[in-house]
Amino acid sequence: MEHSSLAGRIFRGVALTLILIFFMFPIVWIFLMSFQTNEQILRIPPRILFEPTFANYEALISGQLRTAAGNLQISFMRNLFNSVVLSSAAVLLALLLGVPAAYAFARFKFRLGESIAFTLLSFRFAPPLLVLLPLSLYYQELGLNDTYFGIVWVYQLIALPLILWIVRGYFEDISPDIEHAYRLAGHSWREAFTRIAVPLAGPGIAAAGLLSFIFCWNNFVFALILASADKQPVTVGALAFVTASGIQYGQIAAAIVLSVTPTLLLALYAQRYLVEGLSLGAVKG
Amino acid sequence: MARLEINSVSKAFGAARPADGLSLAVEPGEIVAVFGPSGSGKTVLLRMIAGMFEPDDGDILIGGRSVVGAPPERRGIGMAFQNFALFPHMTARDNIASGLRASGNEVARRVAAISKLLKIEHVLGHAPRELSNGQKQRTALARALIGNPDVLLLDDPLRNVDAKLRYEMRLELPNLLRRGTAAVLYVTQDYREAMAIADRIAVLIDGRLAQVATPADIYAQPASVAIARLFGDPTINLAEVSPVAEHGMLSAEVAGARMRLAAADGTASLGSCWLGVRPEDLAVSSASSDGAIPARILAITPMHEKAVLLLRLADGTEWLAALPPDAPQGAADDGVFVRFASDAAMLFDRATGLRIGASPRLKAA
Repeated sequence: MEHSSLAGRIFRGVALTLILIFFMFPIVWIFLMSFQTNEQILRIPPRILFEPTFANYEALISGQLRTAAGNLQISFMRNLFNSVVLSSAAVLLALLLGVPAAYAFARFKFRLGESIAFTLLSFRFAPPLLVLLPLSLYYQELGLNDTYFGIVWVYQLIALPLILWIVRGYFEDISPDIEHAYRLAGHSWREAFTRIAVPLAGPGIAAAGLLSFIFCWNNFVFALILASADKQPVTVGALAFVTASGIQYGQIAAAIVLSVTPTLLLALYAQRYLVEGLSLGAVKG
Repeated sequence: MARLEINSVSKAFGAARPADGLSLAVEPGEIVAVFGPSGSGKTVLLRMIAGMFEPDDGDILIGGRSVVGAPPERRGIGMAFQNFALFPHMTARDNIASGLRASGNEVARRVAAISKLLKIEHVLGHAPRELSNGQKQRTALARALIGNPDVLLLDDPLRNVDAKLRYEMRLELPNLLRRGTAAVLYVTQDYREAMAIADRIAVLIDGRLAQVATPADIYAQPASVAIARLFGDPTINLAEVSPVAEHGMLSAEVAGARMRLAAADGTASLGSCWLGVRPEDLAVSSASSDGAIPARILAITPMHEKAVLLLRLADGTEWLAALPPDAPQGAADDGVFVRFASDAAMLFDRATGLRIGASPRLKAA
């Protein structure tokens, strides 16, 4: 790990800086764009120095989009709220279903166990567009079209396999003896699960939950097809900025900043668990 | 006060049979060591008693009631694991208290009492990762002991602690375990530990109990050559012999010398046998005499409390002799003569490995 040579250290610093600039620049640029008007953005050449404006954010929050063709009603804040509700509910449901399932797959050998686990994982293999058409037909029949529950359910395709497979690795890493010891101390298996297995797999459960939250948040096509305007999340809601009178770059940038912020804060806060969790689960003896 | 009774218990995992008709009873307050080479089924036996898996056949009774099929938490068992199995997210205090369902004051009082006994009062607030292996083991023992279980199962608890601590614990454990009235089953791979701690030793070989007896009996009167080889360091010396009876005495030719073995019990001839003599029962001298085996010293290992000599007998067999350090030993490559008392010789049937007859030592015991 320790590269003590000066040349090595300089090279490493330069390389890290280049990579950082490459990946961070779009974010910085979007951030700057969100404080500019469409005219300022489309100016050639672009300028770093400009008169900042909060008009974009005002438009988003008030829901009034002013374009050359006139005022337009948008429901961005509603979309943001939808995103929070949908992603949280989806992850919560996936944790409730996935963590006990992961425990079962880790601890017990049962008929078709591996096949069921793999089938759940294979849901991630199919391109979403492929399953969407039949799914939307089902949903219309079942009356799930354009309901929060329907979208939360379809989000299980994203969240459940992820949680199941990450958390399963964690449970497998816990020595069964620890749970046996707890049971011999006079506790039922349910207590051993909630007081020993779940707390010990805690970092893994947190990491899996966070990852699936981000994946759900970023999903676009499920909600595009299966929900109408008042149930759509920000990813779909941003389409509203492509208007008849042109693309509202400023508002799009502001919308992106607003929609990225929650996941970014969450990821920064949980970064430690995320890295520790994912690597701990992956490295096994 | 409950007796642990294991009745012809069998368990198979595929082709392996780690338990093959095991029967054993442990009285309340008794310590029985289950000793055997690795893979002989010791841990499987313990785990069947603890309820981690059920026997295919046979019954396990605690206090006269069958526990087969009962969940582990209802069996009244305390257990200490080889890998400690402490709960990593709890302090030592919470680990120890995890088995108690009592009021806060009562829990505090009993945790204090048991941790004082095990000398871990000063680390009760620490998490398991902050404890040394010795402290971890003591915490695990405290956790197993605190509920005053009917049956105490100890799965090689000293395996992962260092040598000094192992000696200390060997001295402390018997007192600690006899404090209550639990029936104690102590699994170990170390024959010294079994002999130091147990009232009786159950020797487990390939899923069967080869012998159950007191430590002294097992050492002096092993039921088979396999058991004789498991106990003793250096291991027992063996030679292939065909004993014959003359004038009421059994004798056999060992490397060209005729050695008297024991009084013949009317048997004229025993056929092919293993002769076993413990290294500490050998005497080595430079003077020839009747009934001495000529040998050559190949190497001497001084071990302070004793000296171990590697000898090559006239027929090429290699034997070990353990002598007091101050006994005259000679030097490597010296020619010497090896003697042993007739009652120190054990005879084992060549085909079955079982010990033959009652040696004079058995009659004396």
